[in-house]
Amino acid sequence: MIDPLFEEALRILTFQSGFNSAVVVAGTAALGLAGGTVGTFLLLRRRALVSDALSHATLPGIAVAFLVGAALGLPERSLPLLLAGAVASGVVGLLTVQALSRFTRLTEDSAIGAVLSVFFGLGVVLLSVIQNLELGGQAGLKTFILGQTAAMAQGEAIAIGLLAAGAALAVALLFKELRVLAFDPGFAAVQGWPVGALDLVLMGLATLVTVIGLQTVGLILVVALLIIPPAAARFWTDRLPALTLIAAVIGALSGWLGATLSALLPKLPAGAVIVLVAGGFFLLSFLFAPARGLVAAALRQGRLRLTFAERRALTDLLDGRPVQGAAALWLRLRGYVRDDVRKGGALTPAGQAAARAAARDRRLWERFLADYPALLPAHANWGVDPIDSVLPGDMVRLLEERSAPS
Amino acid sequence: MQYLWRTPGSRTAPEEASPIGTPPLEIRGLTVAYHRRPVLWNVDYAAPSGGLIAVVGPNGAGKSTLIKACLGLVPSVSGTVEVFGRPIAKQRRLIGYVPQRESVDWDFPVSALDVVAMGRYGKIGWFRPVTRAHKEAALHALERVGMADFARRQIGQLSGGQQQRVFLARALAQEAQLYFMDEPFAGVDAATERAVLQVLRDLDAAGRTVICVHHDLQTVSDYFDHALLLNTRVVAQGPVARVMTPDLLSRTYGGRPMPAPAALGALGAEAS
Amino acid sequence: MMPDVQEFLQIDAPALLAAVLACAACALVGNFLVLRRQGMMGDAVSHAILPGIVGGFLVAGTRETLPMMLGALAAAALAGLLIEVVRRLGRLESGAAMGVVFTVMFAAGVVMIEQASAAGVDLDADCVLYGQLETILWLAPKGWASLANPAVWAALPREVLTLAAVFALCVALVGLFYKELKITTFDPALASTLGIPAGLFHYGVVLLVAATAIAAFEAVGSILVIAMLIAPPAAARLLTDRLAAQILLSVALGVLAALVGYGAAAFGPMLLGVSHSLNAAGMIAVASGLILALAVLFGPRHGLLGRRRAVGRLRAAPGFVAPEAQKP
Ligand SMILES: Nc1ncnc2c1ncn2[C@@H]1O[C@H](COP(=O)(O)OP(=O)(O)O)[C@@H](O)[C@H]1O
Ligand SMILES: [Mg+2]
Repeated sequence: MIDPLFEEALRILTFQSGFNSAVVVAGTAALGLAGGTVGTFLLLRRRALVSDALSHATLPGIAVAFLVGAALGLPERSLPLLLAGAVASGVVGLLTVQALSRFTRLTEDSAIGAVLSVFFGLGVVLLSVIQNLELGGQAGLKTFILGQTAAMAQGEAIAIGLLAAGAALAVALLFKELRVLAFDPGFAAVQGWPVGALDLVLMGLATLVTVIGLQTVGLILVVALLIIPPAAARFWTDRLPALTLIAAVIGALSGWLGATLSALLPKLPAGAVIVLVAGGFFLLSFLFAPARGLVAAALRQGRLRLTFAERRALTDLLDGRPVQGAAALWLRLRGYVRDDVRKGGALTPAGQAAARAAARDRRLWERFLADYPALLPAHANWGVDPIDSVLPGDMVRLLEERSAPS
Repeated sequence: MQYLWRTPGSRTAPEEASPIGTPPLEIRGLTVAYHRRPVLWNVDYAAPSGGLIAVVGPNGAGKSTLIKACLGLVPSVSGTVEVFGRPIAKQRRLIGYVPQRESVDWDFPVSALDVVAMGRYGKIGWFRPVTRAHKEAALHALERVGMADFARRQIGQLSGGQQQRVFLARALAQEAQLYFMDEPFAGVDAATERAVLQVLRDLDAAGRTVICVHHDLQTVSDYFDHALLLNTRVVAQGPVARVMTPDLLSRTYGGRPMPAPAALGALGAEAS
Repeated sequence: MMPDVQEFLQIDAPALLAAVLACAACALVGNFLVLRRQGMMGDAVSHAILPGIVGGFLVAGTRETLPMMLGALAAAALAGLLIEVVRRLGRLESGAAMGVVFTVMFAAGVVMIEQASAAGVDLDADCVLYGQLETILWLAPKGWASLANPAVWAALPREVLTLAAVFALCVALVGLFYKELKITTFDPALASTLGIPAGLFHYGVVLLVAATAIAAFEAVGSILVIAMLIAPPAAARLLTDRLAAQILLSVALGVLAALVGYGAAAFGPMLLGVSHSLNAAGMIAVASGLILALAVLFGPRHGLLGRRRAVGRLRAAPGFVAPEAQKP
């Protein structure tokens, strides 16, 4: 017997629950995918929060477009017009941020904060004007702030999906150029890449994702689509193609799962749920990703300290110096010293072997460091890992000879 | 009330607690690793009391890291650092620090005098304002580096060399016993170089110990009494006459030409 | 067409007082955000408090302010901590770390509101976003003469009293720790070597910003509070090179923005012969934006036009070779 809710979930997830909800879920997944790919380069360019200014700055444009529409007597809430307004004022906000941080002594964070809140304030004032004018269809304007997938019509969902796919495709086509831009804009400029134009393309793609995300996720949270997936992906890899791919997958999964959950359960606003799902992916990556995750890093650091402490204690014992406290306890746990000897401890045969190995490693590494400082292996953890596992055998033998006590 | 918040129990003035004869700085078995790759390896060093000490080594040798580890600004994997016989946290008042130049916001709304007065904050302590006496001490320090005329200038409106002199004046105003300076001579003009040198000599004459990262091998012997040759590990240490030898220097900067097995080339070894 | 005195004292005066106090307190603490390059921390904190507000509301079951404020403060502290954890341990740029933390917390708050409203609890995201400056009323005064009566002052609305207390707290803390704030902001490494806990001051600033934002957001909403935190200090930053002057100036500019913004919203339409009023909090944000724009354009030394004039004067001087005005 399968839970009916579960069955329903399965149907939506596999796009079998009616054409409309399938389209909405697919469109949202495409949106997440585009956010992840474009956001990767924003993150690397350290522009993550610029898109926050951009999304908040769309509000006055939406309000003005609404007023224009009303003045022209257009049918209520013409979406293309509203989104055109959003793009226009979003771009003005973006340019203001860039101008403030380029031409004044204000830093980018202040510029972003000032622009996003002042533009938003202007939008709020304009909304109060619209409210006073008592125009029809103004209730729909509110959905731009917190988002609403339920409001999405089929055609809109398809358009969103196509635009998002286009944005992701553009990133794929310009991958090489964007990589140079994100890594070293100065170098790119010297090499003759049109850095300014590439930056414009990148910000244009961010604008596109933001504006098509407005309806679903809302202007307050849409920035999350651009930030969270790449930030989560960052914990899994140091390579850009993999990073972009993982961010795209996390973004798409967040959109897909989020839209499904919100369609399935009552009172779960899609935008917020998508962000929460993405946040869940982030948390998992932050904690458990093997490359840069917290647990892995803590284990590495702890092991490193422990290794050094253990080696020090072992060599101390070998040289006849007493070892006490936690170090002694640890050696006893490892079976390196005999339990019956209370203080100082005497090495067991295993302890003898480990101590000798530690002393040898240290002696040889020191020799290597003294004789070949320029040849330190760049990627290996020299000095930490056993020397035999890092350096070739004939090198180790050479060091053995040279460091032999004369 | 001093900023000794970490050790509320310690009531004695640190000066009294440091018996004559303990080295100003004693490092034992210090290893520091970024991620898992060591950048300082098993460093042992005891600085002689009084005098100017140069820390010399190639780029990336870990000189800045050594200073930061001594100051407790980066964590170590193993080893201890003591200042006048006690852990650094209890001896903050005895220590002055001149960081590498690029580390602050030059646009910050402070004047040169404000920056120098910051050196006195350790003496002033919580809640008390910067009094006239402290401002005068700060101005005096500025005078000693020849920057008194620029006291009211915003810090970003000074040239690189002038900024460096302001930071030195701040160290002077600190009236510390042991100074750490990270490349104070880097990228300065001749006038500033003379001013920096004069400050070092004044400090020396006053019996202070100065540990100074220095990149210019030509001037080490002229400017300093002792040297610490560092390349991840301590290559040599002692009076400049004894350690600034071609042999020891070439060992510090790249190593003696030792026959290396060919296989090492395939290891991805880095050349410096 | 002037509103009559009683109406002004009962409706406009408390709103104005609240706006002025909110702007002054925000501008005061905002200086340290701007100088620490943490401008977005105001954004992050003011979004991240949403789940705390809703949580406090749900736990206490009433619209009492205290539980909501405590919840908000707890959420802000959590946000500050999480951002540091993600930034340091996750080695992410601070903008990205903030972006992750505050969007997730805000989203959690939105979901909590929706769930609560499903359970028949009335709380709506609008008042959190836009504030309710217009609903702050002071029913006690009946005319100018009644202001002489202390009982009338004792009946000041709670929001105004809260804001006054927070402003006093900000003044006291900034005054007491002025030199520590200065040194930990300018050179945290030096501060630590002197034994001043730079990390603690970082959290202190975040918490103070949070407390201010929480007190202010009731009046002006969580997004517009960012304008008040950032725009006046940013404008002051362009007008002076001295920290103390910058702080005083930013407070003055904040107060100016409050007066101009509220005036334009409440009385502007009336002057145009329209009876409705505009959203006052939004108008205050716009006013602070205009003040910033004026500072950007006409600031004496760092303003764009002012700088050009200065360069022009220098260029006109005989024998001058221009180093291009550069931004560090
Ligand atoms: N924060 C850091 N993270 C990772 N590696 C670092 C960091 N700081 C320094 N390093 C590395 O540590 C080594 C020593 O750096 P540093 O102490 O600055 O050298 P020096 O001052 O002698 O030129 C260099 O190889 C550098 O790349
Ligand atoms: Mg260095």
